[in-house]
Amino acid sequence: MRLLTLAGRRLLAALPALLIILAGLFLLLQLAPGDTVDALVAQVGGGDPTMIEELRRHYALDQSTSARLADYLWRLVHLDLGHSAIYGKPVIDVIVERLPATLLLMGSALSFAFAAGMVLGILAARRVNRWPDTLISTLGLVFYATPSFWFGLMGMFFFAVYLGWLPAGGFGTIGGGLQGWALFVDTLRHLVLPTLTLALIFLAIYLRIMRASMLEVSTLDFVRTARAKGLAEGAVVVRHVLRNALLPMVTLIGLQAGTMLGGSVVVESVFALPGLGRLAYESVMQRDLNTLLGVVFVSALLVIFINFVVDLLYAKLDPRISGEH
Amino acid sequence: MSTVLSIQDLSVALPPGADRSHALRHLNLDLRANEILCVVGESGSGKSMSAGAILGLLPERVRAESGRIEFDGRNLLELAPAELRAIRGARIGMIFQEPMTALNPLRTIGDQIGEMFRAHTRLSRREIEQRVLALLADVHIPDPPAAARAYPHQLSGGQRQRAMIAMALALEPGVLIADEPTTALDVTTQAQILKLIRELQERRGTAVLFITHDFGVVAEIADRVAVMQHGVLVEHGAAAQILHAPRHPYTRALIAAVPPLTPPPERAVSAAAALRVEGVSKTYRSGGLFTGRRVVHAVRETTLELPQGGTLGIVGESGSGKSTLARCIVRLLEPDGGAIRLGDIDLAGLRGRALREHSRHIQMVFQDPYGSLNPRKRVGDLVAQGPIVHGVPRREALRRARELFELVGLDPEATGRFPHEFSGGQRQRIGLARALALQPRVLVADEPVSALDVSVQAQVLALLADLRTRLGLSLLFITHDLRVAAQICDRIAVMKNGQVVEHGPAAQVFADPQHPYTRDLLAAVPGRHWNPPGEALAERSVVRDAA
Repeated sequence: MRLLTLAGRRLLAALPALLIILAGLFLLLQLAPGDTVDALVAQVGGGDPTMIEELRRHYALDQSTSARLADYLWRLVHLDLGHSAIYGKPVIDVIVERLPATLLLMGSALSFAFAAGMVLGILAARRVNRWPDTLISTLGLVFYATPSFWFGLMGMFFFAVYLGWLPAGGFGTIGGGLQGWALFVDTLRHLVLPTLTLALIFLAIYLRIMRASMLEVSTLDFVRTARAKGLAEGAVVVRHVLRNALLPMVTLIGLQAGTMLGGSVVVESVFALPGLGRLAYESVMQRDLNTLLGVVFVSALLVIFINFVVDLLYAKLDPRISGEH
Repeated sequence: MSTVLSIQDLSVALPPGADRSHALRHLNLDLRANEILCVVGESGSGKSMSAGAILGLLPERVRAESGRIEFDGRNLLELAPAELRAIRGARIGMIFQEPMTALNPLRTIGDQIGEMFRAHTRLSRREIEQRVLALLADVHIPDPPAAARAYPHQLSGGQRQRAMIAMALALEPGVLIADEPTTALDVTTQAQILKLIRELQERRGTAVLFITHDFGVVAEIADRVAVMQHGVLVEHGAAAQILHAPRHPYTRALIAAVPPLTPPPERAVSAAAALRVEGVSKTYRSGGLFTGRRVVHAVRETTLELPQGGTLGIVGESGSGKSTLARCIVRLLEPDGGAIRLGDIDLAGLRGRALREHSRHIQMVFQDPYGSLNPRKRVGDLVAQGPIVHGVPRREALRRARELFELVGLDPEATGRFPHEFSGGQRQRIGLARALALQPRVLVADEPVSALDVSVQAQVLALLADLRTRLGLSLLFITHDLRVAAQICDRIAVMKNGQVVEHGPAAQVFADPQHPYTRDLLAAVPGRHWNPPGEALAERSVVRDAA
């Protein structure tokens, strides 16, 4: 019950932010030339003015901006994301179709970046200023400094084209009709390159944070206490340093959830994955306002949810936090 | 009595580039069974390094260069890491200064004490649980099962230190090293912890190496005393001899710098009030729109009077509201109610420009000489900043800063340097110059000497007393240290839980305390029955003149 009130409170606190984001985006897109009808007409190769006029009326584009914004927000209150003119179906259906790919990509990239970053960070901190540390830190810098689309393209060229080990793009073998285990392996193979591409930059950040955090915690008094107790070095690290060093890492997950969604736009485009990021990109190109706002709304909810989970996790890890509630 | 631990000709080298080459030089020290040996010294004397050397816990790049540490027929400096680990905790226990940071914040007390048994014994889970509860009962923690389940932040400072002691003594080590174990504690808690250490030591016959900077604590607990200076043992002997007939000049100077607990004869203080605090309250509220609220009444309806040209001491333990009151008076905090009258003006009612104009007459000196000076600014600019804000031309303000530096006993040429180039005592002088730059009528000093070594402390106190008479300042002096309060204050106000429970002339409060809390405080002062010997007192003036 306390958990639910906490969740409700979080959502309530996020409402103003959500409202500002949606209204801001709505108004911003009014500044872009052209609208949904222009995009539709361009697709069919032109049309006569009366038909265009008719279409505008049909999609309520002839009304004033403020009236349409009010209308959109009112429908949103009823959890109605509207209808997409481009896809010809409710926005919510379009999004639900695209959501799994993004969730899978984000989930796998986040887990991989977190796990690998943590392990490498620990290794670097344990051998600080010796060659393993130098090697790991340099690698981290390279990952951080290289743009992810370039990583994607190079990975595709090397592993898919040159070696032929992995598929070059897409979310599954087309027309495979695979089931069960085979489907799982197929999806996994398709996810390897996009996950790596998206994860490497985050891995570099986690690695740096983990290394710094480990080094900082190692200097704290209770670590000296642990040594004075006669614990072996491994026990000192595992039982006393690690959990304390993880706290800033956990905070970072929440902060980077949004950044990762942004990064997935590039990766989904490069690897032709049917995800939310690419949907957002296409919606902008086609002036499909309803879909775009829907994507933003769902993404915002996703980020809020991840942050909520992170907060819970943090309270679990650090008794000082939960003690205050 | 037999020697259990023997340090022989130990030298500890500091890494190249440190301010000196050795932390310890040719140290010889024997710790005997069933005694408390106090190692006393100021910061940088190497007293903590000697403890670190025994357990092989020296800071990185600091190493024992030569000598032996004999324990149980073996040289601890030559043991393999695994052999040393078997001794740490099991045979030699250690307690640290700050019990908050010395315990892992993420694990329960019971778990951390139990770790001792898990690391060194093969006891079953249930047995360990039993032992932990017995240990917690042994150190007189109320409700041991609850304490075992608690996290460090859920216990008070005194209870945390008790838990720490329980942990150090879990495996009944023959030697206990206590590194300033009561320095971070309030005076009444300190008295309890000292009593506990003494009690446990006597019951188990443990040899205790007790490291401290406080001669009051030494007088309270030591059987033998070793005095260190710059990494060299300058004098050691029985506690009575060192405390009452010190031989080495450094020991004498140190003891002379300890303020006696009896106030000097009363000074004639004007009856007029420089500052009147009337019914000031401050309440902290935490929590926002959606979360639960917590309300703390830091200061409640406090009324005080600071006599013209006199010193009013506000004493109390942490959480008594003394610092909050000081901050309200200089208007760093907004008081919730009441009046702060400086002459005819009520500062509490002023806002904006009028407040800035009048608040310059009350200036503050802060506790932490390291944190209270902006490290990126030259000290001369820091001192000149106040006058410049109030419209003094820059050149004039800087010239004045040089004069002030001379006034507080610093080289006027030093105004161009940065804060990190000064020692703690010098920084506190800079803080004083900064406060004096606005020519205040009232100086509020919040624990101005508690971060300083005892000899430096005596100098800064002497300077404050001197400036008070020379500049006709009225001084509001906040401290937790009753010895310091006895020396500098004309009047004393004792605060507890946001309220003044007793106030009156210093001599009267110390000689004949009325409120039970004041009596508790006085009874808790370490070494209250020991007053520095007369011969050493004569040298007190020497220290003062040196300032």
